[in-house]
Amino acid sequence: MAITNFRLTTDEYTENFSDIHPPFENLTAALVEANRCIFCYDAPCIKSCPTSINVPKFIKQIATENIKGSAHTIFDSNIMGGGCSKVCPVEKLCEGSCVYNLMEEEPIQIARLQRYSTEKAIREKWPLFTRKPSNGKKVAVVGAGPAGLSCAHVLSRQGVDVTIYEKEAKGGGLMTYGIAAYKVTPEFCEDEVNYVLSLGGIEINYNQELGKNITLPELQSQYDAVYIGIGVGLARQLEIPGEHLEGVEDAISFIYDIRSKPFNQVKVGENVAVIGMGMTAIDAATQAKRLGAKQVTMVYRRTEAEMPCTQVELDIAKLDGCNIIWLAAPKEVLGVDGKATALVCSKMILGEPDASGRRSPIETGETIVLEVDMIIKAAGQMPFESLVSGLSLENKYGKITTDAHGVTSLNGVFAGGDCVNGGREVVDAVQAGKDGAAGILEFLSV
Amino acid sequence: MADISSNFLGIKSPNPFWLASAPPTDKKINVLRAFEAGWGGVVWKTLGTQVKNVSSRYSAVDYHGSRVMGFNNIELISDRPLDINLIEIKEVLKEFPDRAMVVSLMADNDRESWHELIKKVQDTGAHGLELNFGCPHGMTERGMGAAVGQDPEIARMVVEWVMEIATIPVITKLTPNVHSVVPTGLASVLGGTNALSLINTIQSVTGIDLDTLIPNPNVGGKSAFGGYCGPAVKPIALKFLTTIAQNEITRKVPVSGIGGISTWKDAVEFMLLGASNVQVCTAAMKHGFRIVEDMIEGLNYWMDDKGFKTLNDFIGKSVHTMSNWEDLDINYHVIANINQDKCVHCGLCYIACEDTSHQSITLDYGKPYNKYTIKEEECVGCNLCNLVCPVDDCITMVEHRKADEYMNWKDFQRLGLPLNDH
Ligand SMILES: Cc1cc2nc3c(=O)[nH]c(=O)nc-3n(C[C@H](O)[C@H](O)[C@H](O)COP(=O)(O)OP(=O)(O)OC[C@H]3O[C@@H](n4cnc5c(N)ncnc54)[C@H](O)[C@@H]3O)c2cc1C
Ligand SMILES: Cc1cc2nc3c(=O)[nH]c(=O)nc-3n(C[C@H](O)[C@H](O)[C@H](O)COP(=O)(O)O)c2cc1C
Ligand code: SF4
Ligand code: SF4
Ligand code: SF4
Repeated sequence: MAITNFRLTTDEYTENFSDIHPPFENLTAALVEANRCIFCYDAPCIKSCPTSINVPKFIKQIATENIKGSAHTIFDSNIMGGGCSKVCPVEKLCEGSCVYNLMEEEPIQIARLQRYSTEKAIREKWPLFTRKPSNGKKVAVVGAGPAGLSCAHVLSRQGVDVTIYEKEAKGGGLMTYGIAAYKVTPEFCEDEVNYVLSLGGIEINYNQELGKNITLPELQSQYDAVYIGIGVGLARQLEIPGEHLEGVEDAISFIYDIRSKPFNQVKVGENVAVIGMGMTAIDAATQAKRLGAKQVTMVYRRTEAEMPCTQVELDIAKLDGCNIIWLAAPKEVLGVDGKATALVCSKMILGEPDASGRRSPIETGETIVLEVDMIIKAAGQMPFESLVSGLSLENKYGKITTDAHGVTSLNGVFAGGDCVNGGREVVDAVQAGKDGAAGILEFLSV
Repeated sequence: MADISSNFLGIKSPNPFWLASAPPTDKKINVLRAFEAGWGGVVWKTLGTQVKNVSSRYSAVDYHGSRVMGFNNIELISDRPLDINLIEIKEVLKEFPDRAMVVSLMADNDRESWHELIKKVQDTGAHGLELNFGCPHGMTERGMGAAVGQDPEIARMVVEWVMEIATIPVITKLTPNVHSVVPTGLASVLGGTNALSLINTIQSVTGIDLDTLIPNPNVGGKSAFGGYCGPAVKPIALKFLTTIAQNEITRKVPVSGIGGISTWKDAVEFMLLGASNVQVCTAAMKHGFRIVEDMIEGLNYWMDDKGFKTLNDFIGKSVHTMSNWEDLDINYHVIANINQDKCVHCGLCYIACEDTSHQSITLDYGKPYNKYTIKEEECVGCNLCNLVCPVDDCITMVEHRKADEYMNWKDFQRLGLPLNDH
């Protein structure tokens, strides 16, 4: 069998893609956990959240059953706080610095508590924010991802009228199209976007692509300021022979398929190799496995000590039964009749530290051959270099250059999120949106 | 193993844990179950004139996710026919002759009623009587319960009536709904009571349902003051107990300690402050009778560890350390110290001292962890930081005497030493 869909029954798909971080079942469970939190002063968990959510405050609010107050506290810092509670790598953020770790005890389940109140708020459509009356200022936001939505929300609260231009047919950015299906459902993403928009004052124009349907000069002339939050989109090429054979796919489009089609419509190979060891690679590997691939092998050119994903993520892949080959770099894809049949990898050893500070892999000359029918490339994403350069924005290899307030080299043009940082987490993009909004408000003297 | 058998006025029980007069001791079936579980004795739920109860009649205070830290009831004395209670008491006595059977009483407010009731109870063969001068609701309107306990003269009169006819030991149970339990305790002792027990419940309102806006417990849309008990009242009960142990006269009679006792540790604390045995109600209502197993074992192990052979070896042992404020040593001084290896950087000590004490802790900002250190010159040794720190032995209070000699407030004033020098 080669690459095909309908590998599993409906029940199996449902089971495989059900929530990996189940919510608290009821109020009592949430209360018990909330009451464990000791309400630290100048708490480390706040400082380790890129959006600085006042964690002790919102947990205390749950403990006193002031659930609306807790949702307000969260959304006030992070309007995507609902989604973040499901997708953030909390083990390296808030929960990673909870003082309980230093007491050798399980940290407070901050994300699960955050999810408890935000999910309720979104489900019950609590109107927790009101916008100031319109002040006549108009801002265009390009991209309805976390950065763009967060920027738009802050601006609209201050009375600015915002118009978002989004190239896809749905909002949410990679939240909707990129994140593993067992973390968020399409329904949740839609509800979340609607919740952000329920504030009012934000209009989204879908299927409008910057550089195709609209140009930056047009936006600059029609609006008082422009915010660019277009993310990074393109998968990095491997530049190896055979890369264009049928069966070689990039992780972003593979995951895009999973996120935008019914599971049984998504084709997956029987023996799959995934290249890379970042979060995207883990997501691609685990979801390939959950779609019914018999064998999934992750190939990484360095060792576990240098991997970009967290231990928690690696453990998910291991628990899903993915094989891992350390110190192996893809060298060539072999094929028959235009279809990939094998991946040849160079065996590596670690040499001197490179620019990233990590020891760099060096080829040993030996190779290994993996018999595969599908290869998923997750070796990083690339910024929209030609688009960005075409907008004559100062940039580094396509990453837009800004200051801390999202100010770009063009007057009145701001940017943030993945398109500036090169690709981090949703929560970083949300903060970037807030920073950009602050910059815009200052620019507009609002 | 230590000997934990108890002898209270000649009333023997295999251990000092009795069930207080309340629903757990309301009927034969409960008391038999209690004795099977190992309780040393019971004070049978108060007998008296027939009454009628309402529902609901209980409410509770929950704290930080823990249920029933405080408990409240608007229940009256036994609402079962007197004759049935008396028959059942007799039957239980036959089945468990080795356990203490004390019967709580509250007669109408005249000599004949008390005499009649006492005679009937003594006929059962019960080992002792407890006079209920404490019930804070329902009975007071008729001049009974707390109405007696709140007036030393009436209390003494009733005790005297009782002693005219009592042939078995009499314990007088005091109400805490007074400024001090000593006057009524004293009057009871002078009236001839053989022992005291305390405390009964404290008048309270436990809370209000924020949906219905009706206080708890809700009796068809209305509520009433109820009696408070359970873990929340222990400190108050200990205070009252201590004042009885400190008084020259009341200290001469044995005391049965009651109020918020849930574990062997609570019981030991009551006994260290002068109780000869203890009575338990709320803890049994919350967890059932089985809690006595751990109480018995825990007491045993503690006594072994401390080298106490019998209960008398430690009863009252802490009383002399309770002093008056003006006798405390002003030259004794402690300063907080933070063990940096144990600190988890929660900042609770800092904010407590900064906001509500003496701004004696320095914060060195760090990401994500701040560093906290004590400013020794500023620290007044109040102990607050130590209390709020979540880590065991992280903050310790280190002795730094102000001077070698002992000096109390009276000496201080006599010598005319400067006030407010820090
Ligand atoms: C596979 C994968 C898995 C991930 N998993 C996680 C995870 O589990 N947890 C986590 O926190 N982060 C995860 N991330 C990272 C996270 O998704 C991103 O950091 C975050 O979405 C960045 O937000 P953004 O708004 O900057 O960009 P995006 O989310 O990429 O949003 C950009 C938006 O702009 C639109 N757009 C692009 N170009 C144009 C244009 N020319 N004109 C108009 N609109 C345009 C896009 O359609 C999109 O809607 C993952 C990323 C990937 C790729
Ligand atoms: C529901 C209930 C009913 C009670 N009834 C009586 C009673 O009839 N007579 C009495 O002397 N005390 C009565 N009490 C008081 C208890 O005997 C005891 O003094 C008090 O509850 C404090 O002890 P605790 O904290 O262990 O519960 C009652 C207490 C409760 C909770
Ligand atoms: S660090 Fe942990 S315990 Fe402290 S406030 Fe944050 S979640 Fe609560
Ligand atoms: S003992 Fe009191 S004054 Fe001293 S540091 Fe602690 S809280 Fe502050
Ligand atoms: S309360 Fe204890 S653990 Fe917390 S900062 Fe102070 S010393 Fe450290």
